Amino acid sequence: MITDRIAVDIKVPNQTRYLCLIGHIGENIARTLRNYSGDRDKLAYDLNLVLTEAMANAIQHANVDDPTKEVHIEILLVEQRLIIRVFDFGQGFDVEQYLEPRHPLEEHGRGIYLINTIMDEVSYQTTEVGHVLEMVKNL
Amino acid sequence: MNLQIEDKGAAVLLAVQEERLDAHNSGDLKNHMLKLFEEGKSNLVVDLQAVRFVDSSGLGALVSGFKNASSRNGNLKLSGLQLQVKSMFELTRLHRVFEIYTDSSEALASFQQ
Repeated sequence: MITDRIAVDIKVPNQTRYLCLIGHIGENIARTLRNYSGDRDKLAYDLNLVLTEAMANAIQHANVDDPTKEVHIEILLVEQRLIIRVFDFGQGFDVEQYLEPRHPLEEHGRGIYLINTIMDEVSYQTTEVGHVLEMVKNL
Repeated sequence: MNLQIEDKGAAVLLAVQEERLDAHNSGDLKNHMLKLFEEGKSNLVVDLQAVRFVDSSGLGALVSGFKNASSRNGNLKLSGLQLQVKSMFELTRLHRVFEIYTDSSEALASFQQ
């Protein structure tokens, strides 16, 4: 069986106008994958969503809406493990407090919960220059 | 954001003409709704027929509209949810908060009863 390796490395300005571009990359990966027997439409939506949520978090909470900063995103497919890393270069945020579902009438704070629901592993680590949100899905 | 706003008497219809409702444009939707509330409107229908992707910030804007409408003794109802968008409401349990209709005419009719 052929197992494809994919590595996507992209840097975009710290601006929400690029959410669509990044989300679409996730969606297209889901539609292009070889050897995926699950619901592709669902996977496409899910990857669009986790990339959109992770990048929006980096923009709004970690890089604090500074348009001169950058968001760095890595997407790796290694042996049916899809690894998404979103790097920010800001002050970071406390991921732990957002892992549980919000009250339905809360307006904010659902992004990390959604990521945690969709992905198999989620971690937020400090790097030398900022932080990285790593999300893994076993396909 | 591309949004069609039409006063239908019993309620105001806001038809979102965007493929995505996300952190880039949800603030716009929120502002349009706030303006309507300030004008004294309290019953809204947000039609999402054209929307195929909603993120947490899009959901947040709708929750904000719902709370504002409720505090004015009105309501914010939704219509035209695509399958994947509907799943987002289920995943976040928001399907229990909003009245969701198949299309905007049904949602508007519900305000006239």
